[in-house]
Amino acid sequence: MLSVSQKAALVSMIFLLVVIGFWEANSQPPKAQEALSEYELLMGGADQEARIPPPSAIAVKAWEELSDPFYDKGPNDKGIGIQLAYSISRVLSGYLLAAFIAIPIGFVIGMSPLMYRALNPYIQILRPISPLAWMPLALFIIKDSETSAIFVIFICSIWPMLINTAFGVASVRRDWINVARTHELSPLRTALTVILPAAAPTILTGMRISIGIAWLVIVAAEMLVGGTGIGYYVWNEWNNLDLTSVIFFDFNDRSGRHVVGPRTQ
Amino acid sequence: MTAHFLQVQDLTKRFSGKNQTPLTVFDKVSFNIDKGEFVCIIGHSGCGKSTIMNTLSGLDSPTSGGVIMDGKEVSGPSLDRGIVFQNYSLLPWLSALDNVRFGVKARWPSWSKAQIKQHSLDYLELVGLKGAENRKPAQLSGGMRQRVSIARAFATQPKLLLLDEPFGALDALTRGVIQDELVKICVKTHQTVFMITHDVDEAILLSDRILLMSNGPNAVIAESVTVDIPKPRQRGDIIKNPGYYTLRNHLVDFLVNRSASSHYKEQTRPLMSNPIKSQLSKEKSEPLAPRSCAVSEILPTGT
Repeated sequence: MLSVSQKAALVSMIFLLVVIGFWEANSQPPKAQEALSEYELLMGGADQEARIPPPSAIAVKAWEELSDPFYDKGPNDKGIGIQLAYSISRVLSGYLLAAFIAIPIGFVIGMSPLMYRALNPYIQILRPISPLAWMPLALFIIKDSETSAIFVIFICSIWPMLINTAFGVASVRRDWINVARTHELSPLRTALTVILPAAAPTILTGMRISIGIAWLVIVAAEMLVGGTGIGYYVWNEWNNLDLTSVIFFDFNDRSGRHVVGPRTQ
Repeated sequence: MTAHFLQVQDLTKRFSGKNQTPLTVFDKVSFNIDKGEFVCIIGHSGCGKSTIMNTLSGLDSPTSGGVIMDGKEVSGPSLDRGIVFQNYSLLPWLSALDNVRFGVKARWPSWSKAQIKQHSLDYLELVGLKGAENRKPAQLSGGMRQRVSIARAFATQPKLLLLDEPFGALDALTRGVIQDELVKICVKTHQTVFMITHDVDEAILLSDRILLMSNGPNAVIAESVTVDIPKPRQRGDIIKNPGYYTLRNHLVDFLVNRSASSHYKEQTRPLMSNPIKSQLSKEKSEPLAPRSCAVSEILPTGT
């Protein structure tokens, strides 16, 4: 008898094969096309219908890209590894900057009811703004597309961390605070030895949500700012009408997500 | 005034909300504790025992009145007063040893790491937790957690130990074992202890003196009963003491029949403003002799 996980793997494989087989079977070019002249082929052939490239074409493309991920043939043609590295470095710098600011401010808001009430209106107003809506403003103020992309990552990942840290800090059990008070700990020692470990799970949850959002936003941000990165890559290939590369990227995006952070989904 | 170790003077706590009549939890509570004394306070819930405890610890401040310990007014939490909370209040991410070490490190910041560790281990051993020092609170039973909590409080060698219903959440068997340990440790260290309890037998077993609180609101300390069954006491032997049941019946009778009476509230308030003082001065003149009667003084409430 197979164990549950073996059965699950088997069912998964069957699903995969069915979907890939269906896709492959339905995206073959029409027979007539093969007999067309080169001119007709360039004009789109007899069949005017655009088709999604079949999985086999994508596999070939993937092999091609992955076997040489770090080539650099000028600004418009770089290996997928280089593009990923650009995106990851942007996400990480924006994200770390956000963590650096959000966690201390979250502590202050969580520990002081006064600061909570004073800052809450601003947080509630700024938080729902779509990260990409900041882009024009960032481009205008910063005047540098690279830094603007990092800023967008920063602004989208700051809120979950800020709110989770404040919430985690504010809901540390009263008893533990009392333990710190009866042991005459200074506010800083209390924050580091009692509140930080007690709030750590909530803070980490905020950090995980943030990195997930940051990775979603970087692709869109790079489509806008261009130059380098996987968002730029996929948009560039779309402009080249190279759907094979676009689909290859869409799978590849998952692997980037694993590089950047813990499994968020 | 003779300098008692701890003086509680005219302590009043009033909670006033916006559209509410202010609620006076307890009113002008005064009592003293001498060095080395073990004092229990018994009363129905809601009479403000825990609030008194929090005021003594400095975590809460009274509406009026004050607490003087060792010549100094209590104005905030201090390492001079160790607290064992009802729900243990251990830090769950620290091992038993680290929880004790947390207190020791705060008490003597200049000690070396080895010294702090050794001191902490000594106290864990004192409460019978040798070998369990690396376990997290979640891996300890309720009784063991409370022992860690007791070790943490004792290890800082506070001048006054405050116990807030420390055995309330434990089963009867565990409670008995830890009570015995507490008796042993107190005999060894001559610790001054103030303890809240609901358990009459526990109070008799442990204390030198039992304060009885009338029901809140406007609670007062109605009586101060001296327990003069000779120490050290054994759980098994104590019930054979001829005074035991007299004392026990008196306490239970108070809790069941007399604690609610308005008798304590209106009629006698002026006289009750400092009920224990007269009591203590009498005790001074006739020191605790092994008398057969357990109830040495029951404060005359109407005189």
